[in-house]
Amino acid sequence: MTAPKSPRVVVIGAGPAGLRAVEVLARAGLRPVLVDEASRPGGQIYRQPPAGAERPPEALYGLEAGKARALHALPAELGAAIDYRPGTLAWAIEDTGIDLLGPKGFERLDFDRLILATGAMDRVLPFPGWTLPGVFTLGAAQIALKAQGMAIGARVALVGAGPLLPLIVHQYRKAGATVVAALDVTPFGAKVAALPGLLNEPVTLAKGLWYTARNAMAGLSIRSGVAAVAVQGRDRVEALVWRDAKGREHRVACDAVGASFGLRSEAQLADLAKLDFVFEPVTRQWIPRRDPAGRSSRADVYLAGDGAGIGGADAAELQGARAALALLEDIGRPVEAARVAALDARLARQARFRAALERAYPFPAHLVDAIADDEILCRCEGITAGTVRAAARDREAGEMNRLKALTRLGMGRCQGRVCGQAAAEVLARALDRDVATVGRLRGNPPVKPIPIREALT
Amino acid sequence: MSERLDCDVTVVGGGVAGLAAAVALRQSGLSVTVLEKRLCGAGASGVNFGGVRQQGRELVELPLAARSRKLWDGLNAFLGEDVEFEATGHIKLARSEADLAELERYAAAAAEWGLELTMLGPNAVRDALPWLGEKVVGASLSPTDGQANPRVVGPAYARLARRLGVDIREMTPVVAATRSGTDRFTVEAAGLTVTSRHLVNTAGAGGGLLAAAFGEAAPVTPLNPNMLVTEPLPYFVERSIGVVGGDVYVRQIRRGNVIFGGGSGWHDAEKGLARPVTEQSIGGMLRTLQLVPGLTHAQVIRSWSGVDGQMPDHIPVIGPSSTTPGLVHAFGFSGHGFQLGPAVGVILSELVLAGRTESPIAPFRIERFAGHAGAAPAAGPVHVEH
Ligand SMILES: Cc1cc2nc3c(=O)[nH]c(=O)nc-3n(C[C@H](O)[C@H](O)[C@H](O)COP(=O)(O)OP(=O)(O)OC[C@H]3O[C@@H](n4cnc5c(N)ncnc54)[C@H](O)[C@@H]3O)c2cc1C
Repeated sequence: MTAPKSPRVVVIGAGPAGLRAVEVLARAGLRPVLVDEASRPGGQIYRQPPAGAERPPEALYGLEAGKARALHALPAELGAAIDYRPGTLAWAIEDTGIDLLGPKGFERLDFDRLILATGAMDRVLPFPGWTLPGVFTLGAAQIALKAQGMAIGARVALVGAGPLLPLIVHQYRKAGATVVAALDVTPFGAKVAALPGLLNEPVTLAKGLWYTARNAMAGLSIRSGVAAVAVQGRDRVEALVWRDAKGREHRVACDAVGASFGLRSEAQLADLAKLDFVFEPVTRQWIPRRDPAGRSSRADVYLAGDGAGIGGADAAELQGARAALALLEDIGRPVEAARVAALDARLARQARFRAALERAYPFPAHLVDAIADDEILCRCEGITAGTVRAAARDREAGEMNRLKALTRLGMGRCQGRVCGQAAAEVLARALDRDVATVGRLRGNPPVKPIPIREALT
Repeated sequence: MSERLDCDVTVVGGGVAGLAAAVALRQSGLSVTVLEKRLCGAGASGVNFGGVRQQGRELVELPLAARSRKLWDGLNAFLGEDVEFEATGHIKLARSEADLAELERYAAAAAEWGLELTMLGPNAVRDALPWLGEKVVGASLSPTDGQANPRVVGPAYARLARRLGVDIREMTPVVAATRSGTDRFTVEAAGLTVTSRHLVNTAGAGGGLLAAAFGEAAPVTPLNPNMLVTEPLPYFVERSIGVVGGDVYVRQIRRGNVIFGGGSGWHDAEKGLARPVTEQSIGGMLRTLQLVPGLTHAQVIRSWSGVDGQMPDHIPVIGPSSTTPGLVHAFGFSGHGFQLGPAVGVILSELVLAGRTESPIAPFRIERFAGHAGAAPAAGPVHVEH
């Protein structure tokens, strides 16, 4: 008698969620495949410098250095118990087949079960000057630091609408950059109101406060309730102008700006896997539907981490483990009930914390209203907010895919990953409708550009 | 409670064919309702390759294609919008002597149907397409053929129709249609019942189901060409390019993106949606690279497919119903109905208004499938589509 063949399990994404998922699966003896675009494990938050350019984790990840270290070490620790494929882009999913582009070119990888742990990227909103050289997203500013060991500039202004802002300010100061302004475009009052909910995760809250305090000790406090920002400069960033909650205008000279407005889930693969999506009203985005254990609308696909709704790195680790346990349960492997219950309790607490955090950093709708008609919204194709508004007014653009067809917005290299959500906000306002009603851009393969010449290999 | 509407003509299917018909009928003074299950121009009409081509068609289609080609020249003015039509010419390449013989035969036959093609020898092909990578033994050029932006054509027709007073109902799938009493159709859609004297079936890949509701067999199968597009590149593929056999076709738009296709995608019959298929996409990339080596460093940024209706003999059904007076069909364009759309709309309006058309449509009559198995019974409301 032969033992039943183990199902082929694939995990996409080697960030906190995907790494904790493969750990659970590997320890259960499944030998999962772990696919990640980056050449080293860690994901976006714990992104590593290239081999040979390492710096101590304490310098890169601050208070989270221990977590980063543990996650980075996992693939090596698991060794042959996993099939790790770094440097490999998953660019399409067809039923139960994943299309990879790795060091050896195109490859089809079939799965019996799949965990998508694809993470998130910055949410971008246009503001005057946002396309000038020297303007980055906060995520890019962090990646420059972690992966390349360099700051985006010597005198840096940072603008945010989420809990990442205090951390990046701290990281930049530690890296020796001068942070000339740290601006939060969400109101201070919201943070006060959200405080009771934030107490669900006192340690995380304390870390946030610690960063804030350290920044303050260094003479830099984050300004909340910033009403408007604009970058000035002839052919590159020269200054940031901003208006405070009282309507006063300020100007600081700087040579680089990092600005983001929260995060958005990287859900294109979930879309190609034909998962059901739901509109998440607090963060105002469409995310693949999952239950608290990470089960999606498809019996063989699971979701973990920020790719299916923003929860942060700690929640992602828990979700990765939880989704892997759900998978094991579903294929009839024994799982410890106590372990599941403990994880569920922690996830529930995380969810309450997250809900409060989202309330603390509400979507900065006032910035959308302020986007001028001549502002570029889709920078791949050079489509302005005015073109979008005109399409809504004169050309019956009533939802995102029709807007794309009529204007080319979202038809460029990024396929709307960068501009899609901002465009939905602008379109919805132009139509005087709720943003959920304008839908989202349909995903098409490849999820990122692929070189045509790979077809030759 | 369900809304009720009464009008002269109900058009089922808001692709180019149906919308062009709605415009022409309204311009003749009739009241028209268009029922479209998704958005107008979101079917094959909105996602196709954008080829506005006469060359290579079945000869019996050429008179319709010629009539349509005239309309394309004036389409911007007619619609009040730029649909990016450009007569770039269409070159069909022969990669073998056998291919060349086929092109020569076709050119001679097409000339008798009024389509003038120019045969090009290998040197002339080199002159015309200096970037060409593959060895070709010759080609034929159709100088009047060209390309347009399919994404804007359908919506522009829909807006013109609305301006003229056509009642367009989107997200309104037709689920049943009958002819009750002597001279009225009753068409049922979600939350809406439309009665009318005439019914136009331009439901594309869904046209066979609607025909079946009236006891007519029309064996339509889904056709899903697989399409890809590169990032924008300097403009150099100035002509629209095809090959004998049709396994690859390439064009470049002024914005710089190179659009290419070949092979077929995948179709979800339940949802009526199509998706590209990786294996076909990679094959298309390979064949395109062989043809256009200048694309070696290009990135593919998107792939897609769509659903057209395909008939067994690769030509559409166009003409009056064989069972039901007042019903006219135009569907199953078998992968080349974008170019024909403007003329088909006018032909449909002629059929509705006068019962006849100046265009020779006999080869497209639905009766040619009469013996085909699978005809639905004529009686009673027949379920059409979810
Ligand atoms: C990928 C692709 C590439 C192509 N390339 C070319 C090309 O280069 N050149 C060319 O000439 N042609 C091309 N074609 C073919 C061309 O696009 C079609 O032949 C043409 O658009 C058909 O027009 P239509 O109006 O019949 O169909 P469609 O545009 O498909 O319209 C039919 C409409 O009917 C609606 N419908 C169906 N059933 C119902 C129902 N029960 N109730 C309500 N509404 C319903 C559908 O939603 C659809 O909108 C291509 C097609 C595809 C898919």
